[in-house]
Amino acid sequence: MEVQNLNLTLKVWRQKGPKEQGHFETYSLQNISPNSSFLEMMDVLNEQLINEGKEPVAFDHDCREGICGMCSMYINGEAHGPDDHVTTCQLHMRKFKDGDTITVEPWRSAGFPVIKDLIVDRSAFDKIMQAGGFVSVNTGGVPDGNAIPIPKPNADEAMDAASCIGCGACVATCKNGSAMLFVSAKVSQLALLPQGKVEAARRAKAMVAKMDELGFGNCTNTGACEAECPKGVSITNIARLNREFLCAKFVD
Amino acid sequence: MATFDSKIPEGHLFEKWSNYKAHQKLVNPANKRKLDVIVVGSGLAGASAAASLGELGFNVKCFCYQDSPRRAHSIAAQGGINAAKNYQNDGDSVYRLFYDTIKGGDYRAREANVYRLAEVSNNIIDQCVAQGVPFARDYGGLLANRSFGGAQVSRTFYAKGQTGQQLLLGAYSALSRQIGKGTVKMYTRTEMMDIVVVDGKCRGIVTRNLITGEIDAHFGHAVILATGGYGNVFFLSTNAMGSNGSAAWKAYKKGAYFANPCYVQIHPTCIPVHGEFQSKLTLMSESLRNDGRIWAPKKAEDAQAIREGKKKASDIPEEDRDFYLERRYPAFGNLVPRDVASRAAKERCDHGFGVENGGAVFLDFKYAIERLGKDVVEARYGNLFQMYEKITNDNPYETPMKIYPAIHYTMGGIWVDYELQTTIPGLFAAGEANFSDHGANRLGASALMQGLADGYFVIPYTVQNYLADELHTPRMDTNSGEFAKVKADVKAHIDELMNIKGTESVDSIHKRLGHIMWEHVGMGRTKEGLQEGIKQIQELRAEFWKNVRIPGSANELNVELEKANRVADFLELGELIARDALHREESCGGHFREEYQTEEGEALRQDDKFAYVGAWEYKGKDVEPELHKEELKFEFVELKQRNYK
Amino acid sequence: MSNPTLLKSSIGKKLLMSITGMFFVLFLLFHAAMNAVHIFSPEAYNEVCEFLGANWYALVGTSVIALGFIIHIAYGTILTIQNRKARGADRYDSEVRPASVEWASKNMFALGVIIFVGLILHLWMFWSKMQFAEIANIPLDAEIGASSYADGSSFIMYWFSKPWVVITYMVWLVAIWFHLTHGFWSMFQTMGLNNKTWMSRLRCLSDIIATIICVAFAAVIIAAFCMSL
Repeated sequence: MEVQNLNLTLKVWRQKGPKEQGHFETYSLQNISPNSSFLEMMDVLNEQLINEGKEPVAFDHDCREGICGMCSMYINGEAHGPDDHVTTCQLHMRKFKDGDTITVEPWRSAGFPVIKDLIVDRSAFDKIMQAGGFVSVNTGGVPDGNAIPIPKPNADEAMDAASCIGCGACVATCKNGSAMLFVSAKVSQLALLPQGKVEAARRAKAMVAKMDELGFGNCTNTGACEAECPKGVSITNIARLNREFLCAKFVD
Repeated sequence: MATFDSKIPEGHLFEKWSNYKAHQKLVNPANKRKLDVIVVGSGLAGASAAASLGELGFNVKCFCYQDSPRRAHSIAAQGGINAAKNYQNDGDSVYRLFYDTIKGGDYRAREANVYRLAEVSNNIIDQCVAQGVPFARDYGGLLANRSFGGAQVSRTFYAKGQTGQQLLLGAYSALSRQIGKGTVKMYTRTEMMDIVVVDGKCRGIVTRNLITGEIDAHFGHAVILATGGYGNVFFLSTNAMGSNGSAAWKAYKKGAYFANPCYVQIHPTCIPVHGEFQSKLTLMSESLRNDGRIWAPKKAEDAQAIREGKKKASDIPEEDRDFYLERRYPAFGNLVPRDVASRAAKERCDHGFGVENGGAVFLDFKYAIERLGKDVVEARYGNLFQMYEKITNDNPYETPMKIYPAIHYTMGGIWVDYELQTTIPGLFAAGEANFSDHGANRLGASALMQGLADGYFVIPYTVQNYLADELHTPRMDTNSGEFAKVKADVKAHIDELMNIKGTESVDSIHKRLGHIMWEHVGMGRTKEGLQEGIKQIQELRAEFWKNVRIPGSANELNVELEKANRVADFLELGELIARDALHREESCGGHFREEYQTEEGEALRQDDKFAYVGAWEYKGKDVEPELHKEELKFEFVELKQRNYK
Repeated sequence: MSNPTLLKSSIGKKLLMSITGMFFVLFLLFHAAMNAVHIFSPEAYNEVCEFLGANWYALVGTSVIALGFIIHIAYGTILTIQNRKARGADRYDSEVRPASVEWASKNMFALGVIIFVGLILHLWMFWSKMQFAEIANIPLDAEIGASSYADGSSFIMYWFSKPWVVITYMVWLVAIWFHLTHGFWSMFQTMGLNNKTWMSRLRCLSDIIATIICVAFAAVIIAAFCMSL
């Protein structure tokens, strides 16, 4: 079970602050276990930098089990790196070879300005959610959970859409910086359920309007978002969003 | 100043909560917007509390250290949420959920709180369904349930293996709606640094903006801490990297009692440690124990051969596999509560039957696949299997998973009364941050239930009862008086950290703390070990304050400073955990003292001496804290030695 | 488009792209079918040309198509500019195109530009000397040797005897093919007429339609070139 450890060269984007000019720095890293995660490799780099008296690389991360959506990073030209359906924290070093040079960049999109190094500001997603990503119910006074049966296929499809973790890989990957996959996931989830259907039209209009206002680009159906989505959210959700939105607009 | 009265309402257990609500004080709608409420944390408890209070019309400010409230670690809960709906007609009831929770908690929780929790559990499911949480459903379109450890009924609602995520996103959507409406103001990437107490009442908090480093003060007529647990004191845990105990610790140092810190839950099914650079442990949902069978090799030589890579799990014949949980606990088998399952795994590994680096046992799905077919297993656990394979490179459909216990949840926390109010008036604690409902051990799928119960259905009532008397308290100037003083203290604390300028990274000290904790204050505790642990923690703390290195400055985004601030608190909190464990000379739930066990190696409680909540009061730096005891009265259940045989 | 706010929204603009796009697919199918007639009978082809000469209905049709084109190009340009802005000032140092992402989908604007240039050339070669010349009373281009403005066959034979024209047209058709393979299913997706079941069907149909159109056009050109040898 002996596994060979990796020696790597890292090309990492460093940027002091939002308004500062960024640049790449190159670091070399020895003896990384292929069983460590990409972020654990970054931890080793930071430990090394701190010991050299330098500033560690700032990057977003939290749960480290692929669900909080906090970790980002564009690794070797792909959001969340070269493995399918994973977040960066679930990407393991066994996907790389000894001697590799790894390029690490922040998400780049007008909607996600860089805060520092690899950390970007994704608060635009919260603003879109605040515009309409909810069912308007207050706490209390709701019917029994089983009052309205929901066909299993609909519940399952809603769940698939709802698995979006809001990481922003879709925007980061899209050549248009479009947030349609993110928006469509929420619109789809709620439009598929009777509880959310009631205000589906209002929701679709409000969320799309907010998305446009925040400067995200237009979807041109390249499907790159779906390919890089760590949760495999399908672009058929975008078709549903289009449908919901257009129907809503035509009855206005 | 501090009031130490659990304030349990009068009446029969079944009526206490109704009685409370019927007689509590309310605030009229026009006055609500004059009252400010601060909610720290945006997980299940925080988001649901902030949203519900916002809906009522209070002026709410909500804080989280992450970049969005949706990232709170509640999101990582996989398995499910309990409720006493009895949709399965298998004999469930509010009382049974209450009873299971009390028993699962090894009779160290407050009856009234737990009953209320069981009572509102059903409302939670209804609320979440109404929000559009896509719970799993059967073909008839009705809600599906699964069974979970520690219960004989099937009462767990779930959304694939992402129940926590879906519930949190439900609460987040409710919170987002209120933010959009302007009733809640959200502060992201903002960490609470301290609370502000004015004339004996909590009146606000001081925060640090994690992007700019700015120190601000915020006024609130009431402050709710929903800041989660302190499991990261062990460094390696299933908690998020940022999860910390600092908010609770700051409250403790300002006079809030800290209850039962030694009750730490170790989750039996986590992916084993792979190496020294490991940063966290990943939990595999407990629901896996429904269909997976746990075993270790019967022969030590087989275990050794597997460790050395000479044999594989599949090479071990059926008769040489020791299904030790089924052997020891025939009635519950693989579904015994978490503490029992964890200790049993440790017992096997300590005796040399562990695999991997000696720190793992098998969780095998071969039998489930034979019984149910691969399709059914995939439908139930597909995403968990995929996750396991991504991490370990092993395919669980073909080779058994390797699992080992890891720190997961902390039952202990800030002491609160029935109203979830701490010993500082105006300061409340909800969710994992408080100590209230799980006793010495939490059952699976109960954390989500408690977080949401506190946030949606308890806090909005009890906080209002407090606020009704605060109508005439004017909003305070946060630039003078006590607010200015606390701000100055916080700045001084940060300066002190920045000025150490030592040579050791924060993480390396944190890792060493974790080793001490796991070694001496972990799954099996002894008097000598705990004393040694306390000594080592004290030494490490001194070293931290002499030798930690924090690069950069305090006036910018500085991750190392954030971590240092949290680890400084962990270095104190760790000692309190050890002290509490040392004083509690019994074994119960997540606290196992090796001196107190039955002949079969089960936890042995000392009900005559320790049937109380141990609440610690801070007495000053380097002064021993004072222990207060809240006697637990069991009027409605009979204290029994837990028996899962 | 009774709803003015619709066109302000990103989805509304894209709807317009897909409606005008739909037009072209239909137009191209018709045009390809009409051209294909030339392979079998140049006379019959000329009759079709006669029918589509300087008549009011043909003129209305031409105007509608022209308008559609302008809208498609204008909105395509607006959307592209917006999209580049949304991408931000900093570009990625390295970028990988996932296998499932069609090359065409990422280069629709560039393909559009090639198609536009080809179109100008095409209009100059044929339309400006046929329907347009007839209306504008411009004399027939003597060099081509057509008997009338509607003698399309002669135009075809004249132009496609020149190798550079054939090669240019082949490049043009390849661009059209790529544009259509993405554009066709994308159109349904934008209109919301897509789901998990239809996704693969529509993608397959895209390739079929694009291939039929381009092969039909290419066949006419190659046949004409061969005849001229």
